Amino acid sequence: MKGYRKYFLNKLGWFSVTLVAAFLLNFILPRLMPGDPVAAIVARLAQGMSDATGVQAIYQQYSDLFGTNKPMHEQFFLYVRNVARGDFGFSFSQYPRTVADVIASSIWWTLILQLPAILVGWLIGNFLGALAAYRKGIFDKILMPFSIFASGLPAFGMAIVLLVVLGVNLGWFPTSGGYGFDMIPNRSWDFLWSAFVHYQLPFWSIVLIIIGGQAIGMRSMAIYELNADYVKYARFMGIKDRKILRYVFRNAMLPQITGLALSIGTMVGGALVAETIFSYPGLGSTILTAVKGGDYPLISATALIITLMVLITTFIIEMLYGFIDPRIKAAQSED
Amino acid sequence: MKHTLQQVFRSGKFVVGFSIFVAILLIVIIYPLIITDSPLEIIAQGTFFPPGIYVNAYDSIDSATHYTLKLDDAAAKRIASKLNEDDRLAMQEWLVASGIPENEIDTADTPKLLDQWENNFDPKKKIDGMTNAKRNYYIRLDASVDGILSTEGAIIAAKNPDTGALEEKGIIEQSDYVNVREVPNIRVLLLGTDNFGRDVLTELVSATGVSLQIGFVAGIVATLIGLTLGLLAGYVGGLVDDATMFVANLFTVIPSFVLLVLISFSIGQEKRGATTIAVVIGLTSWVWTARAVRSQVLSLRHRDHVNLSKLSGHSIVHIILTDILPYIASYVVMALILQISSGILAEAGLSILGLGPKTTEVPTLGLMMNWAMIYQSHILGKWWALFPVIFTIALISFSLNLMNTGLDQVFNPTIRD
Repeated sequence: MKGYRKYFLNKLGWFSVTLVAAFLLNFILPRLMPGDPVAAIVARLAQGMSDATGVQAIYQQYSDLFGTNKPMHEQFFLYVRNVARGDFGFSFSQYPRTVADVIASSIWWTLILQLPAILVGWLIGNFLGALAAYRKGIFDKILMPFSIFASGLPAFGMAIVLLVVLGVNLGWFPTSGGYGFDMIPNRSWDFLWSAFVHYQLPFWSIVLIIIGGQAIGMRSMAIYELNADYVKYARFMGIKDRKILRYVFRNAMLPQITGLALSIGTMVGGALVAETIFSYPGLGSTILTAVKGGDYPLISATALIITLMVLITTFIIEMLYGFIDPRIKAAQSED
Repeated sequence: MKHTLQQVFRSGKFVVGFSIFVAILLIVIIYPLIITDSPLEIIAQGTFFPPGIYVNAYDSIDSATHYTLKLDDAAAKRIASKLNEDDRLAMQEWLVASGIPENEIDTADTPKLLDQWENNFDPKKKIDGMTNAKRNYYIRLDASVDGILSTEGAIIAAKNPDTGALEEKGIIEQSDYVNVREVPNIRVLLLGTDNFGRDVLTELVSATGVSLQIGFVAGIVATLIGLTLGLLAGYVGGLVDDATMFVANLFTVIPSFVLLVLISFSIGQEKRGATTIAVVIGLTSWVWTARAVRSQVLSLRHRDHVNLSKLSGHSIVHIILTDILPYIASYVVMALILQISSGILAEAGLSILGLGPKTTEVPTLGLMMNWAMIYQSHILGKWWALFPVIFTIALISFSLNLMNTGLDQVFNPTIRD
């Protein structure tokens, strides 16, 4: 247990340092973008106003409100203090909504779409990959090229194909939005049903892509394990196939779990495009509008949330990993 | 080297992937030599002309010789093209609604049906429950079937420049034909035109070329950075290793695609050329190559031949180049192939969001999709503007992935089938 604690503390230290650096980058990068977002807001508000000093006064007021007229380092400390209190400030592009408000209304869409899709895709993909490695033959011959093709198809390509075939031609599912355009989010069955129907296309477009990639990975891992010495030995001993398979797949699963952790980070990028294609009201669409509107506070906050999600999942999985596979822990503590 | 190549080309998967890739490359190189039209030239007035062979109507009427062919089914075909099964049923529906008993209507008997239609159709008549769109449809239908049974030819007339009166120039019989080879102006648009009125096929070939270049540049940049950092981190170790891994972790935590979106937005529409985008993609995607190379080098670092080389007093550069690089060369090639494929995908993803290369200079696969999406080709059912592009992207990345899988099986014998 002592080894595990050392492993845990070591990892925790690394994660804290990474978090601080990521926080800094999330603050600085969006603010390096060209253009003055405050000027854009003022131009919107002061339309038709000819009094230059009046416009100047409005500009001054908003600069004070957003704190953009202070030097960068002062802004940073102010930002840190506010974030520590859970205050992310105002969104520039959707003023007077606060960043917290904008994110609160979009993050659930992304979480409810992404997490189940990634998990379902991962489970089906691994199952099919393992089956292909074990059954071989015709099943493998069909599944493999299909998987390579599916995993090579870009996320938006799959999204568009599903959109055109199932949404436009067959008309089974609506083609855009998170719920019917004539509805306001509420708790009625009608709304839930509408959200459920709108959920299908983005969900399956993500699932199908992941199945391909995971099936390929699992298949090679499983073939590798099936040829390992312990399997041959177990066969000589006359242990039942079913029992051997359990061990084989448990071992082959390990790298796939790391893959799951890493894929969550990359998924957000893919989701950005998929969400835009289906006009899904999630984080992806939010980031895009934020970037196009030069909305620093919103970009920083969304990037921070993604960072936190990736960090936490990676951390949990690495912790579990050290628990499941003692070799990793041993290798780490040697360094 | 020769032996390795032989082995590689004996792998079925690699050969299939390689052949597809080379075929795409050859098309990209040879097509512009044969068809020299500019890919961005706007030839069509209007959007999304369907695929087909476009024969100049003026030239065919004006053609010197008209050939008379007596074909029995010509009239039937002519009628069918204007009056299909759905139209006949719609006519029946109207006639029934206007009071003619259903058993007196025979949709297969064209002359009788048209006769009934002509006698009964009244565009002003209101039928209960009929939408305005449907009423307009009937008015269009009525106009299109007008004179459909006539066996007379069409008279060509031209304006006399002096008097302004129409003068008969000739008559075109219904049995007149033109030999397509004698019509001077024919344009084959195998994939129709896009929203700007550009030839989709020519544009697609040119876009494939540009996207491949973007993929190559991005892949090479990413692989060079990843390889260098991975080698240094793995072999030198210590502080260099910690620093590299720290940066790599940062890049994993802030998803590279988000970074890519931020950077390309900051560059601004005007300065975003295809090369700039390619380099930016390369700069944001080296991380996993660096990680993978590092772990390979770590396993090589304490091999006997490396230790021997170290004892003989060779420099670090020499050891890395002669004792480590050859062992991971196959791996680096595989990583490069994957980076090229993901570079092409990244460009397409960026362009779909409207953050790709600027549109006026060169077409790319992503830009073509972006425009097709903006003009709603997927909703309007104009498949030729969108699906060939997706198919090309999928085919390129399929061939590259297949090559990669093939190589993987050659170099890692344990995962061979």
